[in-house]
Amino acid sequence: MREFSYAKAVDPEEAVRLAGTGARYLGGGTNLVDLMREEIETPTALIDVSGLAQGITETPGGGIEIGAATSNTAVAAHPRVRHDYPMLARAIVSGASGQLRNMATVGGNLLQRTRCAYFYDEAARCNKRSPVSGCDAREGFHRAHAVLGVSEQCIATHPSDMCVALVALDAQVDILGPAGARAVPLEQLHREPGDTPHLETVLAPAELITAVRLPQATVAANSTYRKVRDRASYAFALVSVAAALRVEDGTVSEVRIALGGVASRPWRAHLAERELLGAPATAESFRRAAETEFRAARPSRDNAFKVSLAPRVVADVLEGLIR
Amino acid sequence: MNMVQRATEALNRTLPDRAVDPLSTARRVVGQAVSRLDGPSKVTGGATFTADIDQPGLAYASMVPSRVASGRIRHIDVTRAANAPGVIDVITHHNAPAMDTPVLMTLTAKGCAFTDVAPLQDDVVRWNGQAVAVVVAESQECADSAARLVDVVYDAAPARTSFRGLLSEAVFPADVLGEPSEVSRGDVEDTLSQAAFVVDEVYTTPPHHHMAIELHATMAQWSPGDKLHVWDSTQALGRTRHSIAHAVGVPEENVTVTCRAVGGGFGNKTVWDHQLLCVAAARVTGRPVRLVLRRQDVFRMTGGRAPTWQRVALGAAPDGHLQALVHDSVTGIVHENSPEQVSVPARHLYASDTYRIGQKKVVLDVVPNASMRAPGDSVGSFALESAIDELAGHLGIDPIELRSRNEPAVDPTEGTRFSKRHLMEAYRRGAERFGWPDRNRVPGARRDGRWLVGHGTASAFYPYIRMPGGKARIRITADGHAVVTAAANDMGMGTETVQVQHAAERLGLPLDRVSFEFGDSTLPDSPIAAGSAQTASLVITVAQAAEELKKVLLRRAPRHSALHGLKPADVVFRDGGLYRVSDPAQGVSFETLVGEVRHVDAVGSSPMLPLEFMKYSMHGYGAHFCEVRVDATTGETRVSRWVACIDAGRIINPKTAASQIRGAVIMGIGSALMEEGLVDSRAGRTVTASAADYHMPVHADVCDIDVSFLDIPDPLTPMGVHGVGEIGIVGVAAAIANAVHNATGVRVRDLPITLDKIIDGGAAR
Ligand SMILES: Cc1cc2nc3c(=O)[nH]c(=O)nc-3n(C[C@H](O)[C@H](O)[C@H](O)COP(=O)(O)OP(=O)(O)OC[C@H]3O[C@@H](n4cnc5c(N)ncnc54)[C@H](O)[C@@H]3O)c2cc1C
Repeated sequence: MREFSYAKAVDPEEAVRLAGTGARYLGGGTNLVDLMREEIETPTALIDVSGLAQGITETPGGGIEIGAATSNTAVAAHPRVRHDYPMLARAIVSGASGQLRNMATVGGNLLQRTRCAYFYDEAARCNKRSPVSGCDAREGFHRAHAVLGVSEQCIATHPSDMCVALVALDAQVDILGPAGARAVPLEQLHREPGDTPHLETVLAPAELITAVRLPQATVAANSTYRKVRDRASYAFALVSVAAALRVEDGTVSEVRIALGGVASRPWRAHLAERELLGAPATAESFRRAAETEFRAARPSRDNAFKVSLAPRVVADVLEGLIR
Repeated sequence: MNMVQRATEALNRTLPDRAVDPLSTARRVVGQAVSRLDGPSKVTGGATFTADIDQPGLAYASMVPSRVASGRIRHIDVTRAANAPGVIDVITHHNAPAMDTPVLMTLTAKGCAFTDVAPLQDDVVRWNGQAVAVVVAESQECADSAARLVDVVYDAAPARTSFRGLLSEAVFPADVLGEPSEVSRGDVEDTLSQAAFVVDEVYTTPPHHHMAIELHATMAQWSPGDKLHVWDSTQALGRTRHSIAHAVGVPEENVTVTCRAVGGGFGNKTVWDHQLLCVAAARVTGRPVRLVLRRQDVFRMTGGRAPTWQRVALGAAPDGHLQALVHDSVTGIVHENSPEQVSVPARHLYASDTYRIGQKKVVLDVVPNASMRAPGDSVGSFALESAIDELAGHLGIDPIELRSRNEPAVDPTEGTRFSKRHLMEAYRRGAERFGWPDRNRVPGARRDGRWLVGHGTASAFYPYIRMPGGKARIRITADGHAVVTAAANDMGMGTETVQVQHAAERLGLPLDRVSFEFGDSTLPDSPIAAGSAQTASLVITVAQAAEELKKVLLRRAPRHSALHGLKPADVVFRDGGLYRVSDPAQGVSFETLVGEVRHVDAVGSSPMLPLEFMKYSMHGYGAHFCEVRVDATTGETRVSRWVACIDAGRIINPKTAASQIRGAVIMGIGSALMEEGLVDSRAGRTVTASAADYHMPVHADVCDIDVSFLDIPDPLTPMGVHGVGEIGIVGVAAAIANAVHNATGVRVRDLPITLDKIIDGGAAR
């Protein structure tokens, strides 16, 4: 049996101090423990950070700060979130199951790993699991895989729903590490796979996520999240869209679009947003703008449907946000 | 069919029918919606499943699955595993005890396996995921972890793993469950080419997995004198015992198999390698050993439903009269196994002037396919019932009307009379409950907000089966209670409950004075719970035991009593005793009849082979109706309404029976919309080996399911019953495919009907 030590940190500083080589932070454990059972992750020490900063507080600029150990359920249920950032509440409740959301933390959700079946099967080749071993998904089953931000080495999807909303909301991630504290935009937290799909984030070893901050964004009050999947609940997205929209005089004056289920990381659709600003708020222009985002798509044999499906969903969601 | 079979069959047609069971119309207890007796213990966690059972000194086993589909083990090194903490022993083909071949389910009445190769007897790898070693350790964690440390080097050989890639090599199997692999009449292709209306399409279905909640679990313990006790999550106690005894080479009477509760079987809780390996591990280590499959092992070490390719071609006159019916099919198979019997429904559902109905097999190097809820019929009906719907569309005839115009007077391929057939009555009643006249009539025409709404229907069908053999004992205790005993199996479907109801009715007792003991091979031998046949098979043996009981009790009737000197035919069970037929006021209570002793027992045996099948066409029927909603933008399909009206003979318990139909409809929704076992043909490895990857319906996918039964007894079956466990899934996938077509105009002929197929079909805007 693989042995590991376990310690519960009382504060972030202690957590960072305890996190030596081979250590992993433990949030709700809903992803990490599964990976340990399969020995895809083999930490020698677990630093339990599920007791650290929990809760949601107001920030001076009118935004909110969410402690990294806040449960997904608590975030989705928070009145400020529901009122000012409905896309976030909807994204969270569309993910996993009630039981998992009760256990899952914000920090853990950010860092959950892909659900590519080949990543989970140690008999398969996977560049993410063991670098330069090859990728069995490319020629194998990849209907749910990514079409944006992919590489020869990896076409895995980032599976989080919550992150899709967060990236649309310009979330900032607060980090504490041995070298001190820093913050990175969520959009820059995850890396594209490139030649190093095993390096998934910009976090250095032992860096701890302490909080996620959402700036105030009035447009977000008119926002939503739509998840398209193979069954009504408890399935990862084939395509998901987080969007916020403000229309003035029939013209798009502010828009946020982020995509899930189609990319290697939570995907902010900047191209589409840029195209839409100042454009007429019509189904046609919504769809054309979304198609722009997919010009760079690199579909594989079985997931090409996403390239036509996603723009339709974007257009549908934006149409639904016109008031 | 050979000469002997033909002769037996001819003889059989002259046999008199069995007398109608007088209980066919009884209504005191039978027919009542009694809640499951095991319900409280199941929902409170009180029930003991196999993996819950502990034993002093218990050791834990974990299997090492192969990583190639075919080839040989060049080298297997257990050093690292054997030295890992807590490891007691590692068993490979080098040191495994010799085992004989497991007995195939379909080969003898006592077989229970789907592969006839015993595990760890040689260095040959036969499928990807097959066990190549077993690690036994002091804890499950130690065993699982050490199992990863067994180093295996393979000489991989080319493997046959792509079903679709090998279709051209399909050949006829020797038979399909004893029936000819192809039946035909007339020149069907010629008729087809001249028919006014033709449907000629190919339908395909992927591998499916049973996905019972309970993982397969076994615990084995040897004791002196070569005695073996196996606790196993089995749906076939007697056969499991036989298979294990045969494989390990001990007399059957030395082996006891115990199983009180099973968390779902669906045809998959049979004998696989793990039971034999658990027994071997217990033998090698001298310890009681528990082996519980991991979820991925269930996918890769136990088999599911085979993949199928099916061509259905129908030719009809303008009035809908069927002139030609072709059902050519191919299923994947492991060489020694029985084929998924997809061609069965087409043999019995429709009258057609000419037909050719048959099936071939493609031999694959994959985990052996097993029986899965309505094997063959469920996916076979997807093709047949989709095609019928397509034909109805071409003809412009209501699909129910089309079926009615092709109702056969006698069994269409066997020529036998029907023991009962109320298919059109099921359609009539179901259509009424569903509101079929208000359905959408033009594909793609009905819209409700973002949803395209469609309606579909299809026939349910399942053979009536009664297993041969079996015994049951009835014990009447001094306080006038009855205990019915048989080595039966309850996988959660209500066996205990309906057998108590049956015995209470039969013995004239209230429910609370009857109990049913089951789940142990030391009890009177009883058939497998499969083929939806357990209820009928038990009812007939218990009825026989009740007749024996009359004799036993009459012998005990006091000299001065009203029963003295009477014959069994002179008395009936009633009000907790035996009463005279001629003078219902005259009788003696069980308490008095049992008298001074603690109890009296009577044993009954299944009276005769189930020969009634040969004389009559005996099947259950039903009609499914559904409404689906397809998102006009995304192609996402949700089932919003369901009506199932089932003709499955007399219903002993409408509540447990309806639950069976409901569960089957849900399983059918899974097969229609999401279930798909993906085998990566490069390695022959099942990729969808977890509950996250292999989707099945969650609650949100399931609507209210309206179930009704015609409840018309079959005069030829014990108490008029038919099986209800499997029939409910047959026709479900077709009903959904038909409704999706009705909603969108897109016909999906390849299961599952996922949104990408609907989009590609051009439905979504
Ligand atoms: C069956 C199933 C279905 C699911 N379906 C969905 C779905 O539909 N949509 C969806 O979005 N998600 C889904 N999930 C994933 C779920 O959202 C994640 O498992 C969960 O969010 C992870 O949170 P956790 O706190 O349990 O993380 P853990 O498992 O504890 O940790 C995950 C990773 O984050 C690291 N970590 C945790 N906290 C910190 C921290 N503060 N700082 C730095 N590193 C940290 C850990 O070291 C680990 O590497 C599903 C999961 C399961 C098991």
